Amino acid sequence: MAKIKGTVIIDEQRCKGCELCVVACPTDVLSLQAKEVNDRGYHFAYSAHPDNCIGCASCALVCPDACFTVYKITTSDNI
Amino acid sequence: MKGNEAIAHAAIRYGCDGYFGYPITPQSEVLETLEELMPWETTGMVVLQAESEVAAINMVYGGAAAGKAVMTSSSSPGVSLKQEGISYIAAAELPALIINVMRGGPGLGTIQPSQADYFQATKGGGHGDYHLIVLAPATVQEMADFVGLGFDLAFKYRTPAMILADGIVGQMMEKVVLPEPRERRSQQQIETQCPWAATGRHGRKERNVVTSLELEPDKMEVNNIRLQETYKRISEAEVRYKEYYTEDAEYLIVAFGSVARICLKTIEDARSQGIKIGLIRPITLWPFPHKEIKRLSEKAKGILTVELNAGQMIEDVKLAVECKIPVHHFGRMGGIVPNPGEVMNAFNEHFPEATQNANL
Amino acid sequence: MNQEDIIKNGTVVYSRPRLLNERNTHYCPGCSHGVVHRIVSELIEEMGIEDRAVGVAPVGCAVFAYNYIDVDWIEAAHGRAPAVATAVSRLNPDNVVFTYQGDGDLAAIGTAETIHAANRGENIVIIFINNAIYGMTGGQMAPTTLLGQKTATTPYGRKADINGFPIKMSDLLAQLDGTCYVTRQAVHTPAAVRKAKKAIRQAFENAMAKRGTSVVEIVSTCNSGWKLSPAKSNEWMVANMFEKYPLGDLKNV
Repeated sequence: MAKIKGTVIIDEQRCKGCELCVVACPTDVLSLQAKEVNDRGYHFAYSAHPDNCIGCASCALVCPDACFTVYKITTSDNI
Repeated sequence: MKGNEAIAHAAIRYGCDGYFGYPITPQSEVLETLEELMPWETTGMVVLQAESEVAAINMVYGGAAAGKAVMTSSSSPGVSLKQEGISYIAAAELPALIINVMRGGPGLGTIQPSQADYFQATKGGGHGDYHLIVLAPATVQEMADFVGLGFDLAFKYRTPAMILADGIVGQMMEKVVLPEPRERRSQQQIETQCPWAATGRHGRKERNVVTSLELEPDKMEVNNIRLQETYKRISEAEVRYKEYYTEDAEYLIVAFGSVARICLKTIEDARSQGIKIGLIRPITLWPFPHKEIKRLSEKAKGILTVELNAGQMIEDVKLAVECKIPVHHFGRMGGIVPNPGEVMNAFNEHFPEATQNANL
Repeated sequence: MNQEDIIKNGTVVYSRPRLLNERNTHYCPGCSHGVVHRIVSELIEEMGIEDRAVGVAPVGCAVFAYNYIDVDWIEAAHGRAPAVATAVSRLNPDNVVFTYQGDGDLAAIGTAETIHAANRGENIVIIFINNAIYGMTGGQMAPTTLLGQKTATTPYGRKADINGFPIKMSDLLAQLDGTCYVTRQAVHTPAAVRKAKKAIRQAFENAMAKRGTSVVEIVSTCNSGWKLSPAKSNEWMVANMFEKYPLGDLKNV
């Protein structure tokens, strides 16, 4: 059976930590850094559970700062 | 034809790209004539009756930002409404032509002629440090000629120009020789002439942004300094005026627009009685012919300014002569135009010695 | 399969649009403006109209829109964007001209310019960000502020007898013969973003086909002005704004 895997690259410095991606993600991949901040002082988003990512780009669609690059691959179970 | 009609004809012949206006007496013939002539069918010039003077001047701002030769016309209350847009056009360093066929104010005032917008036109009008190039026509011929001159100066210096006409010259009918028709500039010519214009990038590497906004004080001051340098260049190169009977004049009248023609008649009558008066008619009200008036006044005993207002240009004349000789004002307001005799009476009142000394 | 493998062997399903330049926006975290800027950038790129597009920026939070999207722009005086766009579109009919205006710009000071440009059926796109508040000046009442909504100038909530009623500009504009497409969208969920993008695409297509004026209202959040988190703002918008400003096409001819 084919399986969809995805991953996201986040522009940490551009991120303003608005959390809209965290809310939009259907598979709970994303989270905001609890303590760490970027150069502009924002608790930026990161992939807390990268294995859950299905490459749906929901995060990218709601991101007001276009921080996301989203990749997707379709694999089969036997690989 | 009427002065207002001459403006419409001259605009089409100049190769004007767009006119945006709103009806107001006594200049509605500009828009009416353009609509009647349908230049969009011949030269491709856009003519649009806007929903307000505010919209019209902002259409001019948009068209000028695209590098087009665009204009609007109105009369005093309407020009007050346009001041915000004019300030933006000046600030964004855009060429444009604005015509004010002045009527009496303040407020809704009267539809009769006036020159009471001199301060507004020459001292800025809207907010911020800026100037317009202000041309004052005295004849229907000049109404036609100043359309081309106004556009040429506006594009040369990237600054708005204004034709400041009074209701007399707008409504008056005279013979006029219209300028030879010219082709409108091609889009390629526009993009070459105006590399700053927002035309769509068309392969350009850098995008063009037309704006007057700059929140950083250092940069905003630089923008202001650049504007002031432009105004300095204009002041040095573009002063225009005419002088009549000044060679042996013992007294001078300074008047602009159609009032200068009334004063010329006064002067001719006075000279027949041996009173030697000369006339200076500033054509550019900004830049004002300060130096020229100073030079011409060196041999004069006094100056009378005649204006259709409470005394506005007189301030520039006083500055010009540095208070070395008396400068008096005679004006009518509310749309009343004085006749040559009234001007003479005013002259005699202020300079009684002139008549006494005349070789009668 | 690790991240490197997916990046190496997979396909890019989303990346930052080229026309949205590298500058960080001045918008507050979570502001809807950023999403709409991104959509507009994507569309201009996808539709291949970057050489023809001319944007007209308003006064308000989006006053600096021209800093972010790499097309030609004209910054208009407050409320006058549709008049500026009218001239650009008439004088250069090949341009694809759009205004980007907030509720103060479009629905208060620029009501006349907006209605008359739309009534003339100017071939322009009007993108209308309605967040029911004045963001740039610090959260004062907008013409679209809801009854009861607290703002800096309605600290006890907007009252109809004092402040009048929230104005439904898109409903007004849909009544005009000059508009060909009037729609109300939002950008609070991935699905809403897809729909909003589709709507703006249609608006651009209408302008290019000279069908008349297209208006895309985006019901938006202003979390700073509303004094809520971005996520809570979306919830508040769904719970309160959509009743007064329901999403969907108001006109599509």
